Amino acid sequence: MPDVWRHAWRLARKDLLIEFRSRTAILSAVVFTVLVLMVFNFGRDPTAVAAIDLAPSILWVTFTFAAMLALNRAFQLELENQALDGLLLAPVSRSSIYLGKLIANLAFVATVEAVGLPLFAVFFNVSILPVLGPLIAVVALATIGFVAVGTLFSAMTARTRFAELLLPVLLLPFMMPPLIWAVLATAALFAGHPLSAVTGWLSFLAAFDIVFVTLAFALFPATVDE
Amino acid sequence: MLLAERLRHAFGAVRALDDVSFTLQSGQTLAVFGPNGAGKTTLLKVLAGLIRPATGRAEIEGGRRAVGWIGHQPQLYAHLTVRENLRFWGSLYDVPDRELAAREGELLGRLGLNEHADRPVRALSRGLIQRVAIARALIHDPRVLLLDEPFTGLDRTAAEDFRRLLAEQGGGTGGRITVLVTHNVEEGTELATDVAFMRAGRFVQLAPRAGRDAAAIADAYRRAVAGA
Repeated sequence: MPDVWRHAWRLARKDLLIEFRSRTAILSAVVFTVLVLMVFNFGRDPTAVAAIDLAPSILWVTFTFAAMLALNRAFQLELENQALDGLLLAPVSRSSIYLGKLIANLAFVATVEAVGLPLFAVFFNVSILPVLGPLIAVVALATIGFVAVGTLFSAMTARTRFAELLLPVLLLPFMMPPLIWAVLATAALFAGHPLSAVTGWLSFLAAFDIVFVTLAFALFPATVDE
Repeated sequence: MLLAERLRHAFGAVRALDDVSFTLQSGQTLAVFGPNGAGKTTLLKVLAGLIRPATGRAEIEGGRRAVGWIGHQPQLYAHLTVRENLRFWGSLYDVPDRELAAREGELLGRLGLNEHADRPVRALSRGLIQRVAIARALIHDPRVLLLDEPFTGLDRTAAEDFRRLLAEQGGGTGGRITVLVTHNVEEGTELATDVAFMRAGRFVQLAPRAGRDAAAIADAYRRAVAGA
């Protein structure tokens, strides 16, 4: 296995082990997801707007803010006891560090999404099974772009005083295009449109991923080097 | 060999390093004393490759792989056990599994950490955590040790223990090159083969310790730094 992947995997495994031990961020994100879905479910007037019209937006708002919790924690973890300096000092490329964080964050957000999606289906009475394959493709492509940019911004903001506030402020404007595409694709799937109706959105999401993952790799060293 | 040649660096208008040069060979320990803000940590970071100097060059034979760092922050993960921390850091230096297990066992034994090996770091006392930090820094058997105020936050007994452990691990018997920076002249003097006094980014004095004790060094420090 090339060095970059080997080191990245070791970093990701370490992050996931720490999260498994502490369970702070994953529990917060899952509880947050459940609460948001409940609030939207019981807060809406079912006679005014159909659940199916609201559901795609609610799904993505929930996933977006739940993911913020994970992204905020990604580099805070490294500031504890100045472990980040240890990582930067180790003979490990900056790309490995970024990739390791990206893998761990993707695993984390995917877990939250795996818990949130069935709950969403139950609360909003949406049948996701017939469109499960394309829906997973939409969720995966949107999540990769979101987490790739979020991991980069998390590294940028981690050493600032108001990291938890700064991250959403910086990240959300970048996320508008993929979130809009993800909401439109999800709405089309729930409305029973054929797969060909969402391939355009999927292509946009894939293009966003390629561009921003590449940019994030290129820019990451500048965010951690003094 | 460790080489620092005409290092200069500034943070905005603040000069952190101003024409710093020195060379160290195996077995030498340089203690750098200076007040807060003298540029000591910047010097270590430049030597370690964490900061690129504005001018000059710093070179360590063996590169980053040859460097071990011990600071007042232990660079450990609180939720991982002592053993997991050592394995993680060793794996980042590509220490082969068998060698890693052997070094881990040796360091745990030598640093009196055997009974704490499977406890999470967050459950350990400050003194024990510093021992783990030493083990972490030595897990890849570095040829160069960089020590940044390593005694900060330790009580007198823990600091004494720590000094003894560093003496065992550092230059002399270990044949390592060690650079220790601290603002307290009482700390680590006896570890040094060479002593430098730093002020406003400059070495105002660099000389062999030549058998001087802490009191003599403190006296020289006061004269050199006050008179610089």
